[in-house]
Order: sequence, then structure tokens, then C-alpha cells
Amino acid sequence: MSREAGSPLLEEENIKPDTRHGVILYVEDVSVSFDGFKALNDLSLYINDGELRCLIGANGAGKTTLMDVITGKTRPDVGKVSFGQQVNLLEMDEAQIARAGIGRKFQKPTVFENLTVFENLELSLHGDKGIWANLFHKLSGEQSDEIAQILHTIGLVGECNMQAGALSHGQKQWLEIGMLLAAKPRLLLVDEPVAGMTAQETERTAELLTSLAGDHSVVVVEHDMAFVRSIARKVTVLHQGSVLAEGSMSEIQSNPEVVRVYLGEETGE
Amino acid sequence: MADLLKKLGSLPVVVGCLFITTLYVSVCNLAFPEGSALHVSTYTVTLFGKYLCYALLALAVDLVWGYCGILSLGHGAFFALGGYAMGMYLMRQIGDRGVYGNPELPDFMVFLNWDALPWYWAGSDSFIWMMIMVVAAPGLLAYIFGSMAFRSRVSGVYLSIMTQAVTYAFMLAFFRNEMGFGGNNGLTDFKDILGFSLQSNTTRIALFAATATFLAIGFAICHFIVNSKMGRVVTAIRDSENRVRFIGYKPENYKVWIFVVSAMLAGIAGALYVPQVGIINPGEFSPLNSIEMVVWVAIGGRGSLYGAIIGAIVVSYAKTRFTAIMPEAWLYALGGLFVLVTLLLPKGIAGFFPTIAARFNQKKLAEVKS
Repeated sequence: MSREAGSPLLEEENIKPDTRHGVILYVEDVSVSFDGFKALNDLSLYINDGELRCLIGANGAGKTTLMDVITGKTRPDVGKVSFGQQVNLLEMDEAQIARAGIGRKFQKPTVFENLTVFENLELSLHGDKGIWANLFHKLSGEQSDEIAQILHTIGLVGECNMQAGALSHGQKQWLEIGMLLAAKPRLLLVDEPVAGMTAQETERTAELLTSLAGDHSVVVVEHDMAFVRSIARKVTVLHQGSVLAEGSMSEIQSNPEVVRVYLGEETGE
Repeated sequence: MADLLKKLGSLPVVVGCLFITTLYVSVCNLAFPEGSALHVSTYTVTLFGKYLCYALLALAVDLVWGYCGILSLGHGAFFALGGYAMGMYLMRQIGDRGVYGNPELPDFMVFLNWDALPWYWAGSDSFIWMMIMVVAAPGLLAYIFGSMAFRSRVSGVYLSIMTQAVTYAFMLAFFRNEMGFGGNNGLTDFKDILGFSLQSNTTRIALFAATATFLAIGFAICHFIVNSKMGRVVTAIRDSENRVRFIGYKPENYKVWIFVVSAMLAGIAGALYVPQVGIINPGEFSPLNSIEMVVWVAIGGRGSLYGAIIGAIVVSYAKTRFTAIMPEAWLYALGGLFVLVTLLLPKGIAGFFPTIAARFNQKKLAEVKS
């Protein structure tokens, strides 16, 4: 039997990324290639503790690959990725990285469709993720309160006992963000949070994400330039697998390189 | 109180049904003489005992397929391994009453000119040791197979094909005489179990009762697992394995665990099956058997524990009836049944009742409104 003791599993939960230099995520000189195609090319990126960063770039610029590398789904050919100064993410698998405090929202909303909204959040709560602990697990009052709190934050109090599969597209996106919050991460990676949302939903998502920054560090990948403009303080532009430019939205918009390769497409329409 | 009842769900009903059936069968078999209208023949008792073994097996398949989305087409291997462990014990119980009268060696070993028991038969005269093997052998196979397959993230149709290949490989291996499991003929000609004659009515009833008891226990275990938080993780793995991984669980560990539990249940079913039918041979490993188990679950209702039991009993009963009338048509009938159920009742027989109830309620609601 694959019995795993509870304590070693909890070790990653006790990891405190060393952020004395104010940086929570270091990505340095990372390259990834798939069959000769360089998805990431000598990319370096630093995310500050508590900041809200937007990543933009055309299709194939390497945004999703970068997320895959940070969360352990893809191993880079070369480079260094660390959480805080000391925690080397390249030695950890997806589950360990998640438990260490990096949450990820996928491009396509992925929630557990056959479970209720409440159960979705219950499974996502931080805590022992081992088999035996969960076989005999009972929800504590504290945990119920936490779930209630998150339901309130993501505005799904009324849908608490609904099957997640029955939610609207936008609600699923929020539930997934709620699931990330339940895990109490330090760093949130959010891939296209407003894809397919109505204008009103987009606005609420923007509010939600900006309110999260500060306590959490948030990295948002988004195509919707209006949305980026509304939330971004600092924007990083990726192009062909490396960083093309970095700065405030107005700096980015006036950067001739960026205008040529990316924004140019938009204004050209 | 209402909370507790809700938690127990269909458990009291299933256990109650099993208890009543056992009581009915034993009283009617032992208390009423043959020829009486109320008499239940020993043949029927054994037949239904067999169905209950299948029901336990279906439960095992449903646990991995219905709840975790692992379509195993090799559960026959676990069932047969459990059966062989029981068969080995029963072989040793024959003692010197075999054709060759050798008190140590089973007949087929004498026939092969072997002069000692192979090492893996050690302890086969101990009931307790062999009962441990009934769960340990399938459990170990499931653990090794599961660890390799799930850790390398093999899933879907590839996994199904691999499980099918495993059971086929076992069938070929067990067909060989040199394996020491009786080759083609398997293990048979059993006389006693724990000193009680397998031919007597009371032993048959006791075996039936034991099967019903283990089915009830198996149901309770599965019920507990699927209703725990662990069970919800397993369901979540079925729906979106990646999401589970990115919230910090290791899906492969959960899959291996549930696969091992399921294999052990299948092993117990096999061990209960063998003394009732009186034989275990490599045919039990045949891929077709494993596919039939999946059909039981599909027809009964995937993802419903009592549905799996109903499916196994209904289909096995139909098989007994059909094969008596027109044996060659059975496979077509089974295939037809499978297609019909998939088309008309995607959630199986167990999904039928809630649908009917929902429709009835809607009608009532409409009447009240008008």
C-alpha cells in the first residue's frame, strides 16, 4: 500500500519563500525547446512580493510554457527557477509546488464538474493531501468558515450546493480562482481570467484580482488589452520566448519595438 | 437522525436485502423437504451464491471505473488470483483422497512426476495463510501494475489495453503445466473446506451466507470510501486529473490506492466463488470475462454502488436463462443489451429510478401549478 505519512507531505506547506530582497519568483535564463522549436529563449523574469503583474504577448510568445515551467509541468532545458531565494522549483513536482504556495488557474476553466461548489472548495483547502488523512477527514468549523469566506469573496454564496458543472462560464472562472485562494498560495498564476466573460463579469474579475494583490503576488496572462489596462501596474511583454519589454502600461504602449510586434496588430485592425 | 440516514444512503437497504435473501434461502433449503412448494434447491442456492460473488466483483470494478475513471479490462486477473489462492488451500484439503493417494502432493503434481511442493505452495495447507494470500496476491499485482502505469501517467484507452494484456498474459502462463497450478485443468475435485464437506447442504448454505456477508462488508467499505473526502478526491481525479495535481494532491498515489483496494475486493470475490462452483482454471483469466464485468457495471449503473450489484445479478441471471435456451445467441444478446442500455439508459438501471422519480415529481408539480 502506498501509505504516506502525513508529516513529510506537510513539509512543503511549511516552506516560506525567502523574500528578503522583495522578490518572490526568480526565473533566470530559462530555455525550453520542443522538437527544435524554442518556446522559451533565455528568458529572465522577476516577480516582486505582493505585486500584480500582467504578461502579454502574441500567440506562441511562450506565456503558457512559462506557466508550465513555473508550476513543474514542463522541465526547462537550462535555467533556474526559484520561489523566493532558496526554494528551487525545478526539483519539485506539480503537487509539491502547489503545496509550497503557487496556485495556477488554467486558460480553460477547470473545476470538478460533478462535485458541488462547496466540495470543490473543500478539496482545494490547504492541509494534508495524503490518502489516509483524507479517508478519515472531517471538516472543522474553522474550515467551514474559511469556505464561507471564499464563497463570499467570489460571489457564489447562493450557488454553494450547486453542481459546478451547472455554473455559467464566468462563475466557473471565479470558482477556480476561489479554489486557488482556498489553498492559501503566496503566488497566483492566472491564465486568461476574463476569456468569454461579459463586460460586467470582467469588471468584477478586475476588482477581485486587484484586491488580491498585496497579500498575494499575482501574475495575469491576458489577451484583452482593455482588461490589462484596467488592472496593470507593471506589464511584461513576451515575444518569441523572451522578454521584449517591461514597464508601466504607458511606457509599454510608447515602446516602438512593442508597437511593431504586438500592439501594432491591434491598431492595424 | 435524518442526517445519519442521509449519510448511510442505500447501505441499510442493501444490507437488509442481503440478510433477508440469506435467511429466506437457508430456511427454505434446510427446513422444507424436497418436493415442497417452498423448497429452494441446493442448485439454486449455489447459483445465487455465484451471482453474489459476481456482485462483489462488479462492486470492485465500479469503484475504479465508476468513481475513478480507470477502465480496467483486467479485473478477471485479480478475481482469478483470489480464486487460485482458495483453490490451493482446497487442493491440500483433499489429502490422500486423491486418485494417486499422495497425502502431500495434489494429483496433477504426482502426474508431472514432481516429488515436492514448489516453494510458492508453502503454507497452502493453512487456511489463514491462504486467506491472506487471497487479498495479498491480487493486491500486490495491482500495486506493481498500478505504480508503474499510473506513475508514468498512462491513462484512458492505453491503460485499458494494458490491463487486458496483463490478464491475457496470466491466462497463457497459468495454462502451462510447469507453472504448478494444474495447467489447463486448473484446480478441482475439492472435497472439504475447514473440514466440512463441500457437498453437504449446510456447507453450501454457509458459503452462501459468507458470500452475502462479504458482499455487505464490501458494500459498506466502498460506501465509506466514496462518501469520504478521499472519495471526493477520487471523483475529482476522474473529472480533471490536472486540476487535482495543481491543488497539491498526487493523483497517481490515489489511483494506486483505489486500484489495490478494488483488486483485493475482486480477490475475495474469487475466493468465495471457487468453493461454490468447485473449480478454478485459467479460463477465468480470459479477457472476455473481464469485459463482461465491465458490461455488468455499465448496465447496472456506473458510479452507483448498488447499481453495480443489480447489474451483475441481472446480467448473470439472464446469461443462465439465455444459455439454457439458445447458447450460441448469448453473446449477441449481451452485446445487444449493452448497446440498448448505453443508448436508452446512459446511467444504467440505477439511473433509471431517479429519472422516473424526477419525471413523476415534475408532473405532480405541473398539476399543482395548473
